[in-house]
Amino acid sequence: MISLTINGKSTKVDADPNTPLLWVLRDHLQLTGTKFGCGMAQCGACTIHLDGEAIRSCVTPLSAAAGKQVTTIEAIGETQAGKALQAAWLDADVPQCGYCQSGQIMSAAALIKQNPQPSDDQIATAMNGNICRCGTYGRIHSAIKQAAEDLKKGGAA
Amino acid sequence: MSEINVSRRGFLKAAGVSAAGLVIGFYLPGVRGRAIAAEAPAQQIQYPPNAFIRIAPNNTVTLLINKSEMGQGVYTSLAMLINEELEADWSKVKVESAPVAPVYNHTVFPIQLTGGSTSVASSWEQMRRIGATARIMLVQAAARQWQVPVDECHAENGVVTHKSGKKLSYGELADAANQLVPPTVVPLKDPKDFKLIGKSTKRLDSPEKVNGKAQFGLDVYLPNMLTVVVARGPVFGGKVKRFNADEARKVPGVKAVFQVPTGVAVAATGFWPAKTARDLLEVEWDEGPGGQLSTAGLMTEYTDLAKQPGKVANKHGDAVSALKEAGKTVSASYAVPYLAHAPMEPLNCVVDLRKDSCEIWTGTQFQTVDREAAAKIVGLKSEQVQIHTTFLGGGFGRRANPVSDFVGEAMHVAKHLKQPVKVMWTREDDIHGGFYRPMWVDSIEAGIGADGKPVAWRHTIVGQSITTGTPFEGFMVKDGIDATSVEGAADLPYTIPNLQVDLHSPRHEVPVLWWRSVGHSHTAFVVETMMDEMAHLAGQDPVAYRLDLLEGSPRHQGVLRLAAEKAGWGKPLPAGRAYGVAVHKSFESYVAEVAEVSIDDGKVRVHRVVCAVDCGRVVNPDGVRQQLESAVVYGLSAALHGEITLDKGRVQQSNFHNYPPLRYTEMPTVEVHIVPSEAAPTGIGEPGTPPVAPAVANAVFALTGKRLRSMPFDKTTLA
Ligand code: FES
Ligand code: FES
Repeated sequence: MISLTINGKSTKVDADPNTPLLWVLRDHLQLTGTKFGCGMAQCGACTIHLDGEAIRSCVTPLSAAAGKQVTTIEAIGETQAGKALQAAWLDADVPQCGYCQSGQIMSAAALIKQNPQPSDDQIATAMNGNICRCGTYGRIHSAIKQAAEDLKKGGAA
Repeated sequence: MSEINVSRRGFLKAAGVSAAGLVIGFYLPGVRGRAIAAEAPAQQIQYPPNAFIRIAPNNTVTLLINKSEMGQGVYTSLAMLINEELEADWSKVKVESAPVAPVYNHTVFPIQLTGGSTSVASSWEQMRRIGATARIMLVQAAARQWQVPVDECHAENGVVTHKSGKKLSYGELADAANQLVPPTVVPLKDPKDFKLIGKSTKRLDSPEKVNGKAQFGLDVYLPNMLTVVVARGPVFGGKVKRFNADEARKVPGVKAVFQVPTGVAVAATGFWPAKTARDLLEVEWDEGPGGQLSTAGLMTEYTDLAKQPGKVANKHGDAVSALKEAGKTVSASYAVPYLAHAPMEPLNCVVDLRKDSCEIWTGTQFQTVDREAAAKIVGLKSEQVQIHTTFLGGGFGRRANPVSDFVGEAMHVAKHLKQPVKVMWTREDDIHGGFYRPMWVDSIEAGIGADGKPVAWRHTIVGQSITTGTPFEGFMVKDGIDATSVEGAADLPYTIPNLQVDLHSPRHEVPVLWWRSVGHSHTAFVVETMMDEMAHLAGQDPVAYRLDLLEGSPRHQGVLRLAAEKAGWGKPLPAGRAYGVAVHKSFESYVAEVAEVSIDDGKVRVHRVVCAVDCGRVVNPDGVRQQLESAVVYGLSAALHGEITLDKGRVQQSNFHNYPPLRYTEMPTVEVHIVPSEAAPTGIGEPGTPPVAPAVANAVFALTGKRLRSMPFDKTTLA
């Protein structure tokens, strides 16, 4: 049994400690918003926050999360940055197939939290690990700028 | 109002419903359309009452969409078509995927499918008529209740209003309307009265795609379900000789290891134990002839074939003699590789097989084909099999497989296990899994006359046929020519007096499939780079040269002019930058693209792509923009990086590190300009892909004087 906090709820998981967090979230807890795209830290579809940092859950073993805070797409809307990003995403109508979008938003949320007013280059660098086969990068960019702008107007991020 | 008279028979035929069936149903209390389809006896499965529209007492309108949503925005655009005529309150409109039934067949192909960039074009009339029929019935129901003439009533925003001011909501009227006989005359709006069509409308599926709630096939979990991964052979066409699963079976959570026609299946309580166990399997394979295949060998074979004339796909004049007499000639050969579709969501299929029924959850573009295949494998009637189409995490053609590979395999697994299963593909399985865009080799010889205009064009195409040997062969192959092999090449829009286009279709074990824009993905590249060479040979501007030769096609000219103007064609660019242009028609739509490039460390860098599109009347302008943005990225991924190669029959790529799609830092600015049009709507999912590779290659020539004639461009170091 490994104990960790997932989206604010303390949770005990009975799984091999080597199991990547992605599969703990999906197969054990049915938190299916976090996606599988590559399994080797190449695409970012599985991005979640571990103690506030964006990580690739497909290559992070359950044992590494023991006693830590996990946040997934299901709860990111409860943070100020996540909420602003989701609203901006809708404004720009970013998603197409939508499959990569949880990971995109989780990467963007980690960025905004660390750097509330990122430059174009900083956004590009932070988002470069998230692949979108539908090619929504341009809209993601506008949405992140917009969210940063909204957060500035609305107070501290 | 444009009067369109439809006989009841005609309408029913158009909607694919038997005369005994109900055309448009409304809400039946306590019954959900999907549940009816899944649980009702066979006869009702074919003709579900709530075919396209359900109106609940609380005025929620649920539209059942018979096309798969794979990112192209079809849930929104078809809902817009229905609601343009239905006049429900748009904020109360929801969409759901339709079950599989003949009523949901494509209006052109006699099966339920999503593909060929045909959804809006083929549903344009049908969906509006369905909406109009329902609205007429709602108005009639209100008029009856009030005992007033129908033409004193008016429907808007989900409410029927009498001229006296009396009002009834659609929710209040649905039951009564449901009892009425559908009208025989269904007038459709004059386009000038459109309220929704032509207005940028937010996608209905976005909210659930930003909070993780959208359900893809991979997200389906059933009670007592096992997760299965399959060890498939290292070469195409290989068979299992024997296997040892002793170590695999020791992995905690593994429930079964067994052979299926495609390989060895490992079933476990979740993905991780299944995958861990699969890695421990020892499988001996009978490789068959597939083990001999290599890209180098294929290249030699194809290049030899390209030197000989093939089966003639189009011919006029005498290209061979005209080439001898031409003032100047240019010849070139081209090569483009196999490409995997690599949709973001790896393939998967959930099956719950019972004794006399079966439910499947998957993201498919090919419901009827998959259902038939599934039923056959397990010995059920196709009506006993229901497919729940989830969201597709990308399709690009990979989820429209005439041989139902991922669904068929899952059925074999389910047949063995007799409990619910989810068969999952890893990214490696996907990249190794075949059904690629074919590899192509082309050779072209062209000549110009003293005035610089083309006088002769000889084009030989070499590559596998996609449809031969599939049920689509009858549709697509005529006299040995697969239309998908020569589309965009045999039907050149340019005026060329002597032309011959011929084709070789070698056969071997690598399975091939349609990949976003199909044949156009290579023909636009070779034709449009060759046109650029001819313009250069003639000493003319590439845009002016094309415009002159496109006299017969004003729509080609229109997009070319618009893209050139918006890009600033002809205006000076900063040092180290250049423009290239290409124009191509596919799926009945016309797209011109101007690419602005530079060279960065020996590699092409694309800064900006300006697109102009003429796809007839536009339903959702922002949806069109999305599709062009997406198509440009998809085309650029292939043009710059994409390549599947074989050695000793083994695919040498495996995941996104060696089959890299375009990433964020490589994203150009994409601008989309739409030519206003009142023509019938045409395709939009694919037509933006073909022009981007040639536009980039032509820009590289303008900048460096070097011609790029093979993809991916990254393999060529530029200075
Ligand atoms: S699934 Fe984890 S990075 Fe791709
Ligand atoms: S929206 Fe489809 S992969 Fe990004």
